[in-house]
Amino acid sequence: MATSTPNALQEADRHAVTMGQRLSEFWYYFSENRGAVIGLWVFVFLVVVAILAPLLAPHMPQQQYRDAILVPPYWQEGGRAAYLLGTDAVGRDLLSRLLYGARFSLFIGVIVTTLSLTVGIFFGVIAGYVGGKTDTFIMRIMDVILAFPSLLLALVLVAVLGPGLINAMIAIALVLQPHFVRLTRAAVMSEKTRDYVVAAKVAGAKPLRLMFKTILPNCMAPLIVQATLSFSTAILDAAALGFLGMGAQPPTPEWGTMLAEAREFILRAWWVVTLPGLAILVTVLAINLMGDGLRDALDPKLKRS
Amino acid sequence: MLRFFFGRLAVLIPTFIGVSIVAFAFIRLLPGDPVQLMSGERVMSPERYEKISHELGYDRPIVIQYLDYLGNVLTGDFGRSLTTKEPVLTIFAKLFPATLELSLCAIIFAVVLGIPAGIIAAVRRGTVIDQTVMGTALIGYSMPIFWWGLLLIILFSGVLQWTPVSGRISFSYFFQPVTGFMLIDSLISGQKGAFKSAVSHLILPTIVLGTIPLAVIARQTRSAMLEVLGEDYVRTARAKGLPPLRVIGVHALRNAMIPVVTTIGLQVGVMLAGAILTESIFSWPGIGKWMVDSVFKRDYPVIQGGLLIIASIIMVVNLIVDLLYGLINPRIRH
Repeated sequence: MATSTPNALQEADRHAVTMGQRLSEFWYYFSENRGAVIGLWVFVFLVVVAILAPLLAPHMPQQQYRDAILVPPYWQEGGRAAYLLGTDAVGRDLLSRLLYGARFSLFIGVIVTTLSLTVGIFFGVIAGYVGGKTDTFIMRIMDVILAFPSLLLALVLVAVLGPGLINAMIAIALVLQPHFVRLTRAAVMSEKTRDYVVAAKVAGAKPLRLMFKTILPNCMAPLIVQATLSFSTAILDAAALGFLGMGAQPPTPEWGTMLAEAREFILRAWWVVTLPGLAILVTVLAINLMGDGLRDALDPKLKRS
Repeated sequence: MLRFFFGRLAVLIPTFIGVSIVAFAFIRLLPGDPVQLMSGERVMSPERYEKISHELGYDRPIVIQYLDYLGNVLTGDFGRSLTTKEPVLTIFAKLFPATLELSLCAIIFAVVLGIPAGIIAAVRRGTVIDQTVMGTALIGYSMPIFWWGLLLIILFSGVLQWTPVSGRISFSYFFQPVTGFMLIDSLISGQKGAFKSAVSHLILPTIVLGTIPLAVIARQTRSAMLEVLGEDYVRTARAKGLPPLRVIGVHALRNAMIPVVTTIGLQVGVMLAGAILTESIFSWPGIGKWMVDSVFKRDYPVIQGGLLIIASIIMVVNLIVDLLYGLINPRIRH
């Protein structure tokens, strides 16, 4: 015990150094991409807004002010300081709804990405590692899912499950996960014949350990990039379903649902239409910028070291 | 090449069977009784229930039902709409030209703008031009197109009053559809102003539907060009003293186009998904709007049939793209 402790400490220390080095190397490449850094800051800002929404929002998102219907933003004629970005058709404060909306969009992104990533990795690792009939079976199912346009399949699934945010998220996660399966499978197949895997196998590692502890960590780079892409796709698709009336239901302050409610006022009150969409665009753009930077930083082919 | 063709076909058939199982299973997954759902009748006597159940084949084993369904589908029988009682395939055939016309215009818009933009960005790599083009492309790629459509309506239909808000042609024109393509039909009709009206109705939906493919094509062209511009044969061509336009336009572009053609082909699926939103915004009477309306009306046979037809079209198009790719790039065949 006495002899093993220093060793273990050293081991941990060395591990910490390599982690630190890897992080700083990652940051070096990531920060070379100016857009990616801007995207990261916008994303951090959105996360803070989402967390602090109850503190930041001047009004409750569902509160209707009967004396303030379709009030324009405060800098326009007829605007009021109490409603900085104006109000919607039933007198709800737009700024507060947008702030709370950030919560929904980020929540959708996190849940959908986690769900599709986990399920996708699970089936991808199995398909890639086991191979043979299992592989063919899993991949044919993924082909079937990919044969449908994602939004159409999500729309129909929501029609089966019933409209609502949770069902929309399940549908989108299902539609997104084949991409993870394909990526994981390809990465696992190229890794599984490497020496370190053979060594682990000879050392007596069981298949499950080989699959998820030995091989998987070395396949993460493309998956992380795909995860950021899925994050933005999830937000866009959920907003699209909300817009079609199949996602989050009113009066939920989800940005796509807000747009759907605002459609009939499109020519009378520009702010109820413009602002929720702008929020979606900024969020998705920030994540995509980050995704581009991540790809540059994690793709070994592009590294010039 | 033949082996390659049959190899791809061999993958397509199980996928089609899978897709047909999904379409078949869709009705069973719905909450409620399939007999009531498919007949569109809520309350009926037990005798009538038996009769309809028998007519629809629901009193037989599930495997037989599926094989029956597959047989019907393969002979073009996709069932009948609950609301209009027309065969699903007939409605689809009536509406599809509208979607096809819009999609073709959108893809032309995307290609005509996207490829030159990508080439310019690649040639002027690292300059302000490159950054502007790629920045715009990323915005286009991140665009919620349903909002983009509303913005364009506010600007061009609201403020400037240049374009109409919805439909394919002004109500003041009426003629029998010949080809189903409004641009061609309006010309054939010979009515004054009809073609102009059709074009003005088409502009905004084309831009909206073409935006994401445009961004994807521009990005793909740029990266393909960059890869090719670094190749030895391009350097050789330059060293030979060929004019830059010839090097870029002939030597580089030809090879850079291979992945771009694939990208364009793969946009078909994106188009059909985008058509759902675009057609809903502009009340464009195509299959996208038809599907959304059917989901709202709970017209289940239409959803079932539409799902299968649309997936089949995408599979066939992807197969064609695959084969074309094999044709231009012999390396992929092996």
